[in-house]
Amino acid sequence: MERSWVWSRLPRLSISRSPASEKPAASSAFWVMVRKEVGDHVRSWRFAILMGIILLACIGSVYSAVTALRGGSGDEQGAAFLQMFTLSDGTLPNFIAFVSFLGPLMGIALGFDAVNTERSKGTLSRLISQPIYRDDFLKAKFVSTLLVITAAIFSLGFLVMGLGLIVIGYPPTSEEFLRVLLFLLTAVVYIGFWLNLSILFSVRFRQATTSALAGLAVWIFFSVFYGMILNLIAKGTAPSAESGASDVMGYQKLMLALNRLSPSELFNEANTTLLMPSVRSLGPLTMEQVVGALPSPLPLGQSLLLVWPQLTGMLSATMICFGLSYLLFMRQEIRSRS
Amino acid sequence: MDREIANPDVAVELKGLTKAYGSHLAVNRLDLAIRRGEVFGLLGPNGAGKTTTILMMLGLTEPSGGTVRVFGLDPARNALEIKRRIGYMPDDLGFYEDRTALDNLVYTARLNGFSEQEAISNAADLLERVGLAASGRKKVGTFSRGMRQRLGLADVLIKRPEMIILDEPTLGIDPKGVTELLELITALSKEEGLTVLLSSHHLQQVQQICDRVGLFVGGRLVACGGLEQLSRSLEEEDAIVVELEVADWSDRLRQSLLNVEGVTAIREAEGGPNGLAAATAVEVVCEADVTGLIARVAAAESILVSIRKRTYSLDDVYRRFFEGGEASGA
Repeated sequence: MERSWVWSRLPRLSISRSPASEKPAASSAFWVMVRKEVGDHVRSWRFAILMGIILLACIGSVYSAVTALRGGSGDEQGAAFLQMFTLSDGTLPNFIAFVSFLGPLMGIALGFDAVNTERSKGTLSRLISQPIYRDDFLKAKFVSTLLVITAAIFSLGFLVMGLGLIVIGYPPTSEEFLRVLLFLLTAVVYIGFWLNLSILFSVRFRQATTSALAGLAVWIFFSVFYGMILNLIAKGTAPSAESGASDVMGYQKLMLALNRLSPSELFNEANTTLLMPSVRSLGPLTMEQVVGALPSPLPLGQSLLLVWPQLTGMLSATMICFGLSYLLFMRQEIRSRS
Repeated sequence: MDREIANPDVAVELKGLTKAYGSHLAVNRLDLAIRRGEVFGLLGPNGAGKTTTILMMLGLTEPSGGTVRVFGLDPARNALEIKRRIGYMPDDLGFYEDRTALDNLVYTARLNGFSEQEAISNAADLLERVGLAASGRKKVGTFSRGMRQRLGLADVLIKRPEMIILDEPTLGIDPKGVTELLELITALSKEEGLTVLLSSHHLQQVQQICDRVGLFVGGRLVACGGLEQLSRSLEEEDAIVVELEVADWSDRLRQSLLNVEGVTAIREAEGGPNGLAAATAVEVVCEADVTGLIARVAAAESILVSIRKRTYSLDDVYRRFFEGGEASGA
C-alpha cells in the first residue's frame, strides 16, 4: 500500500494541482486521529467515572497497606517501600489486587464501542472516505486509548509512591523505584490486552452493548469461573499420596500451565515477582534445588528474567487480538450505519 | 501501470463493473462514463445498486469484476489519491454529536492534511457559504436534519475536491430544504467547476439540477443520457401517439382517420375524456408525426375538443424503465 501511494504521487508532481493535495496527509492524519481520540476520552464522563473508581480503590489500598505497615506485619528485609503495593491489613485488598481486578474493567470500558459506535452513528463511512489508511483508524483507536491508560496508570502509581513517601518517611532505592516503574508498565500491558480484546469485539459485533457484554463475559470467566474449573480439573487429576515425585511434579506443572492460560494469572505472577524481590521461582522447586540457597532478595535483573515469559505471553495475547481485529476490519465493507 | 488520466475529459469510467453478494448481483456489468464538470444524476429505486457503485468508485469495496477508473486511477491501488480528490457524502451521514460543527469540519480538514490555521479559516468560510455561520459553535447533536445535510456539504467541500459524490443528499428533508440544498449544490458546483455525481430516487430533484441522468434498475444501467435523449429513446421504441377528443364520435370518422397516411391503429383512451362528458377520447397510433392532418380530418368531420401529441416527461421515462427493469429482474 505504502508503495503504491508513493507511486501515485510521483507523476502528479509535474501537474500542478490545488495546494491541498501537496501534503503528505497519511502520516499526519494518524496523529490527528490520535489527538482527537485522546480528547474524546479525556472529556468523556466514562473516563471520569472510571478514574473515580480507581482512585478510590488506590487510596483504600494505600490506607490498608499503611495500617498493616504500622502494625509491624511487614518488616522483612526492609523493602517497606514496595510493600505499599503488596501489603494489606485484611480489610481491603492491596494495590495489585485492585489493579488486576479493575484494570480489565478499564480496558473493556474504554474499548468496547471503539468501532461499532462510529459505525452506527455514521461517522465511520465519512471518516473512511477521507484520505486515510483503514488500518490507521484501528491503530489510532488503540494507540490513543493506550496513551490515556498509560497516563492514568502512571499517575496513579506515582500518587501511591508519593503517599508512601509521606507516610513511611524514607525514599525508595533506585532499584525499588525501577521495580515500581516496571510494575506499572506491566499493568499497562495487561490493560492493553483487555483493551485490544474489547476493540476486537467492537469490530466483530455491530451493537455496542453486545460487545461490552462479550468483553465483560470474558473478564468474569477468567476472574471467577476459570479458577473453579481449574479446581475441578485439579481434583480429578490429582495423583494419589503414594505416587512418586515425578508424578507430583508432572501434575503440578500441568496445573500451572493451565493456570497460566489466564491473562490475569500471568499478570499476578509478573507483579508478585517484580514487587517482592524475595520471590525466587514461579514454579515448583524440589528440595535439592533449594538446598544451599540463601534466602536473600533477587536483584532486579534476575526478577525480570523470571517474569520475561509472562510478559511475552501477555504481549503476544495482545498482538493476537489486534491481529484478529485488523483482519476482520480490513475485510469489512463499510456502508453508512449498517 | 497507472495510465494517469487516459482521457482528461472523463472523470469516472466504469467498464463491465460487477459486484456480487453471494449469488445476488448488486451491480451487473455496468458501463458508465462521467465527464469532468458535469452534474450527473444516478437515478434508481432503493436497492438498485447505486451506493454499491459509488463505494466501488472510492475503493471502499472491491468489485467482483470489471474495471473502475477515477481520474484514470484504479481505486484498488490508489484509493488514497482518489479519496483526496473526491468528496463523498454518504446517504446517512453522521457527525461527532458532542463536538461543534466547526470542530467536525476542522477534523476532516486536518485529516486531509491542512494545517490547523488553514483548517479553521476554511471551515469558517464554508460554514458561511452553506448558511451555518451562526451555528458553527453549536454541537452537532442539536442540529436539524437539513442543517446536518448542509454541514455534510461543507464537510465534502472542505478538502477542496475535484469531484463530489452525494449519495441521496435530499433524503428526509422537507421540500423547502430540498430546494435550498439543490440550489446550493448547483451554485457551489458552478463556482468551483466541480464534477458532481448525485444519487437519488427522487426524479424531480434529479431533473432539476442534473445535466445527464443514468437510470439504474436491478444493478443495471437501463438508460443514460440527457433528458431529451432519454425521451427520444422512449419515443423511438413506440410509435407516436396522438390523443384526440371529439364531441361526436362516429364510425365514419374512424374510417377517415384510418385512411390518413401513417395512422396504424385507433384505440379507446384509458382515462376517458377530460372535459365534456359527452366527448369521446381516443388514441391514434401513427408511424409518423401526422398530428396536423388528424386535426384537420377531425375538425372537418366532427367537433374537435382537444388534440395533443403525447410527449414523455422524465416521469414517464422513469416509470417505464422501472417497470421494464422489475419485469426482467423478477
